[in-house]
Amino acid sequence: MNCFIGIDLGSTTSKAIFMNEQEKFLGRGITNSRSNYHLACQIAREEAENNSRFSLLEQMIRANPRCKKIVASLMPWLFSRYRLSEYNAQLRALRDICATDLNAWKDPVSVSLYREVVEKILRQMAEEAVLFFQSGASSKSDFFRDIATSQFMDHAQDQIREHNGKITFDRLIGIFDRAIIRVESISFARAFSENIDFAYRKVSRLPEFLDFKDDIYQAVKYADEQEFNIVNIVGTGYGRQRLPFDKKQLRSEILCHGLGAHYMFPKTRTVLDIGGQDTKAIQIDANGIVENFQMNDRCAAGCGRYLGYVADEMNMGVHELGPQALKATKMVRINSTCTVFAGAELRQRLALGEKREDILAGLHRAIILRAMSLLARSGGINNEFTFTGGVAKNQAATGALKKLVLENYGNIKINVSPDSIYTGACGAALFAGNSK
Amino acid sequence: MEVRKEKSMTLQKDMFANHFKRLSRAGEEGRKVVYTFVPGNLNELIRSFDMLPVHPEINALQSAMRKKSANYIREAEKHGHSEDVCTYVKCDVGMMKTGNIGPTGEKLPDPDLLLLSYTGCFTFMKWFEILRQEYNNPPTVMLQVPYQSDGKITPEMTNYVADQLRDVVVPAMEKVSGTEFDAEKLRTFLASSARAEDDLVAILASAKNKPSPIDAYFGGVYYIGPIFTAFRGFDSCEEYYRVLRAEIEERVNNGQGPITPEGQMSEEKYRLVVEGPPNWTSFREFWKMFYDESAVIVASSYTKVGGIYDNGFRHDPARPFESLADYCLGCYTNLNLPSRIDLLEKYIKDYDADGFLINSIKSCNSFSAGQLLILRELEDRTGKAGGFIESDLVDPRYFSPANIKNRLESYFQMIDAKRRTVRNA
Repeated sequence: MNCFIGIDLGSTTSKAIFMNEQEKFLGRGITNSRSNYHLACQIAREEAENNSRFSLLEQMIRANPRCKKIVASLMPWLFSRYRLSEYNAQLRALRDICATDLNAWKDPVSVSLYREVVEKILRQMAEEAVLFFQSGASSKSDFFRDIATSQFMDHAQDQIREHNGKITFDRLIGIFDRAIIRVESISFARAFSENIDFAYRKVSRLPEFLDFKDDIYQAVKYADEQEFNIVNIVGTGYGRQRLPFDKKQLRSEILCHGLGAHYMFPKTRTVLDIGGQDTKAIQIDANGIVENFQMNDRCAAGCGRYLGYVADEMNMGVHELGPQALKATKMVRINSTCTVFAGAELRQRLALGEKREDILAGLHRAIILRAMSLLARSGGINNEFTFTGGVAKNQAATGALKKLVLENYGNIKINVSPDSIYTGACGAALFAGNSK
Repeated sequence: MEVRKEKSMTLQKDMFANHFKRLSRAGEEGRKVVYTFVPGNLNELIRSFDMLPVHPEINALQSAMRKKSANYIREAEKHGHSEDVCTYVKCDVGMMKTGNIGPTGEKLPDPDLLLLSYTGCFTFMKWFEILRQEYNNPPTVMLQVPYQSDGKITPEMTNYVADQLRDVVVPAMEKVSGTEFDAEKLRTFLASSARAEDDLVAILASAKNKPSPIDAYFGGVYYIGPIFTAFRGFDSCEEYYRVLRAEIEERVNNGQGPITPEGQMSEEKYRLVVEGPPNWTSFREFWKMFYDESAVIVASSYTKVGGIYDNGFRHDPARPFESLADYCLGCYTNLNLPSRIDLLEKYIKDYDADGFLINSIKSCNSFSAGQLLILRELEDRTGKAGGFIESDLVDPRYFSPANIKNRLESYFQMIDAKRRTVRNA
């Protein structure tokens, strides 16, 4: 199968999109960028390839008239078991690395105690994972790091209490931190076969799917054996210069976000992209070609990393900020011109007794206020308006944006795709396909 | 690539070296020194009294190119100048506070006269107030040049400035220099200026060729050096422009592109018009971001701050004071926003540019205001791609290469995409 790949190496995450010759999404992949863009590119690409196979599998099932009745319930089951298998493989890798690290310790008494504790925590994490990845379970972060960290932290607290001061939180977290970075750097190439095999074995045993065992197997086999012929790859994002690509295969993320937004919502004329370290206000024409853009300069307050900093300050995961802010009953005004000052202001507000959710609501508004100023500088907001980038996944941010757009520009159609984080990679894949 | 040293480059280098040498000896030789700014400078008049000019903003930009501005700015901030103050001012003040050693390593003399030709930048006035205070109250003259608020120079405006030249500036210069005004000498200088100006116009207009033989911004700032500063009116200046023009005409005949620090550009992919000064602290790095992408600047407003000559204006020995007045009134810095837009629009069209770019200077309040409006208006009028980047004149802290490069790359790709749409339409 011929396909085109777009890769977006952002400051926080790296994304990859597989697209077929008809400019349809085949699959998407995402990973934390860290410092190694080369590896991030490889991992995102492999994930996108695995995801493409999963899409092909789904297409095959859908195309089979016998499976018409089960497809709606089957796919979430397959996907959740698939993700569980993926997660377990990563947990195993985490366990092995922790064990190796602990073997290098010089103090035998601590080694045996910490080994026992770490293994116990990892065992508990694996048991819980079965519940996390149930069909229909509420969606978790896309990243192994987010889920695993939150699990590890919870159990670590319990263990410290249980061992009554014999182990320290810092040492325990230190073991985990050092190991997880390396797990994130492991390539799980060709993991599709293994994971889908696991998923197939689990799901085909369920009573409602027993009669369709062979149909499912055929689809799994088809997806697993599919060969992808990569016709062209285009890279974008801050890490694009590090890609071993020809210059013709590199595009600025501004053009990619413009074209990607146009692809997702063809009537788009203004795009706002809030990424990890920059915010872009982009005006595009009817073909998705950039006419004008403005970016934040010198200061990245108000970008995704600002939320990351705030999450750290509040001891929360960054994906938990939005839901928490949505619980607000009032808006606490927060400075938006400096991330570090905003952190100071946040602590002060907490000390004054303001509620976390109200402060968070104010922080989200502050971010969007900064974006509004960039939008104004780029020529305002024209109908339709598409919000892209990682922060568009945050509902408190989109809520604040909708409110401010209505107040300042009136009735404008605002688009946010569930795939918003892939907009840049999508634009890159389109450039790869038609070299527009 | 082979780096060629053209004869004009050597000539210019020698001219500036001699000038700074003369300045360093001014005290012992008893020559008087006038501090004045580039826009609206009255070089012919100053030199007719055998006085030597010092241009504080040229010192600032040369300090920046020699990587000295960061320390000078820090020094000025130590003396209480805020972070937001124009960095030309702070660099100049810092240089003065640390011994006033000029770009060639020789000490600059103190001013015998402060001559403020007030052409549009309101910081100039504050700058001269500081200089007056720092140099212990030397004689100071302010030439009031009316702003071109209606976009044109009226006879009343010309007369108003010419009268000040006759009644205020000349008497002050006579007093400081101890020399009587010599009208004939002034006329001789003005006639020479006009001849060099003819050549300058031809040099800048050569960028209408494809490929352009010059970069009218990064190369242009060198080309305007002599005529914008201490040399206008002199034989050496005339010779410089004659030689430079011949060199460039040869490049046109050979179909050659501009010379960059890494040799001759082989391809011309983008033709741009630029508004705003370049960044001086990372001048080479900034330029490289353009020539690496085969982008050539075919016209720029910055090379007009010391005089716009391509609209026909020339210094005129037949009307010495009036033409000096018109010169001051017509500098780019003295134009209102609509006139700046008209001029840029004309350049975009006349030079067949693919787009225009604004390098907005954070610490320049006078000229950065209104630049977004200029951008929108030019986009509407020309349909060409507009780009916007931000940096600073001489403060290295405000040049962020990764951001600027990223924006420029996006901008060039935006032009590509626009071209493809036009081709496919």
